[in-house]
Amino acid sequence: MELVIALSIGILFGSGIWLLLRPRTFQVIMGLMMMDYAVNLFIFVMGRLRVDSPPLTLGSGPPDPAAFADPLPQALVLTALVIGFATTALFLVVMIGSRGLTGTDHVDGEEPPR
Amino acid sequence: MSMDWTQHLIVLPVLLPLLCAALLIPVDERRHRLKFSINMASVAALLAIAIALIIRADGADGPQVYLVANWAAPFGITLLVDRLSAMMLLLTGILAGAALIYAAQRWSRIGVHFHSLFQFLLMGINGAFLTHDLFNLFVFFEVMLAASYGLVLHGYNAGRIRAGLEFIAVNLAASLVFLIGLALIYGASGTLNLSDLAQRVAHLGEIDLVLLKAGMAALAIAFLVKGAMWPLGFWLPTTYAAASPPVAAMLVLTTKMGVYAVLRVWTLVFSEAAGEASGFGYELLLYGGMVTIAFGAAGMLATDTAGRMAGYAAIISSGTLLAAIGYGNAQLVTAALYYLVASTIAVGTFMLLIELIERIRSPGAAVLALTVEAFAIEETPEEPIGVGIPAALAFLGLAFTGCALIITGLPPLAGFIGKFSLIHSLLGSGEAESIAGVAWVLIALLVFSGFAAIIALLRFGVRTFWAMGRVMPPRLQLTEAAPVGALLLIALVLTVSAGPAFEYLGRASEELHQTGRYVEAVLSAPTVPSPAYGREAM
Repeated sequence: MELVIALSIGILFGSGIWLLLRPRTFQVIMGLMMMDYAVNLFIFVMGRLRVDSPPLTLGSGPPDPAAFADPLPQALVLTALVIGFATTALFLVVMIGSRGLTGTDHVDGEEPPR
Repeated sequence: MSMDWTQHLIVLPVLLPLLCAALLIPVDERRHRLKFSINMASVAALLAIAIALIIRADGADGPQVYLVANWAAPFGITLLVDRLSAMMLLLTGILAGAALIYAAQRWSRIGVHFHSLFQFLLMGINGAFLTHDLFNLFVFFEVMLAASYGLVLHGYNAGRIRAGLEFIAVNLAASLVFLIGLALIYGASGTLNLSDLAQRVAHLGEIDLVLLKAGMAALAIAFLVKGAMWPLGFWLPTTYAAASPPVAAMLVLTTKMGVYAVLRVWTLVFSEAAGEASGFGYELLLYGGMVTIAFGAAGMLATDTAGRMAGYAAIISSGTLLAAIGYGNAQLVTAALYYLVASTIAVGTFMLLIELIERIRSPGAAVLALTVEAFAIEETPEEPIGVGIPAALAFLGLAFTGCALIITGLPPLAGFIGKFSLIHSLLGSGEAESIAGVAWVLIALLVFSGFAAIIALLRFGVRTFWAMGRVMPPRLQLTEAAPVGALLLIALVLTVSAGPAFEYLGRASEELHQTGRYVEAVLSAPTVPSPAYGREAM
């Protein structure tokens, strides 16, 4: 399982970097989103990969932390997701504005000479 | 009541701008004066709070801790005020006040929601200065960045869109790197509280330590993109030149935020108490800072637009600070902090001043007309009324000279004191043999960057003020000239009272290097017993 997760994070992030370096705004935002997913997965994995461990709930008596999944990375992912979503949406608006003002979807705002 | 109410002052620099920003959103855009008043009241209150916090932090009992939502230290979010962060809050308040007054007549009216975004920006900046938790730092960075994206685009035109696109893409990528760093640090150490982390670093296993170092390096990349260390700072000059002047002045502050974050995290986590990891990365900061100074100086010589010149001045200032931090000497950090305050004020003032000076060359309203057209707002902002202030040209010339003196580090103003004390601390003991070669290189770079700045600014000044025939006295509003004058006055006060300032900063730097006090203050901070719990116990 570790290998699958590590590979998928790596492929997502690598594809994201490649797309980020492309000249069209659509590719850039897709790249950023892919990197966002990869990073979120990565944060989640930092709570260690465990199968079948229940979420932390309060039962009777003091809970044994080792028996539960680490709740903190889950909280962090949630926050990072929301923030990433908001900033991506904002970026999208700027891109649409740029497309409208410059008439091209090139990141430099002008077509390269052919 | 075990806790006096002044304790809550620590959380106010975050809450107040948040509430004011929310309050400002529904207010109609045409009610400029009301919006401005609310914004200004908030900034004034923030200034007062910052002064109160300085007095509080400068008291004998060390760093002040505030447990948000009353969660005990390593588990909840902790806010912390020490002399350094209190001083940064004051600097934020001063610059924000000046930028806001400057924007009152004209710049705040060329787009919508300027005032809300301005307050959100303040919330992000203040929060990032106060927080003592790495993930919370990320959140406040994002608040600050989101607001600054909006503000850079304020007064929507093609130039700002293009610069904004670049600015946002770079910072979004940097935020992702920030998150990777956070995840690695949490995975390796199991904590995100800075003091808790500082305490645990020394006891980490070998593999965990490698992971932690990788995480901290990723974190540093995110900070240094903000702080514009070479080669991470290419976005800066374009963005600064494109943003409207009051926004550019605030961006100067966000650049210093990157440097502040490095200083805060590194002095705490990789202090001498960190065992094997002690001093990690300092060398890179030193050399990176030095290259940044050289890059900024070269850029300053190469450019002829004032906005980009100011951007490169900010890069030089960042590089100087990073190199000074990387040198790893408490006395040098004192000098660097003084230089930080002086250069932030000077570059911020210069940002405000540029647009006024540009009016000498081109009749001013053209810029405004263009942006209003591009933004396509329905109502035209009222033409600034009044005759402006007399002797505008003389004022501009003097203000420009003042800024240039501080940026270049020529006597007699604060820039000179800052640079001189940096060099003095580098020379340290005074015996030539004991001074490291790298210190000589750094001194040479400091002098060279000052020299480059003199040439660049002199060229700009001569072309502008001594241009034959084409000089026309510009129309200045009092609200535009007053903040520039006030900032320069503050720089002058900083120069005259350099003694007390240095004493304070010396205490700040000394406090910064006593990591044990932070760990103790944060981890032993008492929670307030809840009333309900108390009743049950009875």
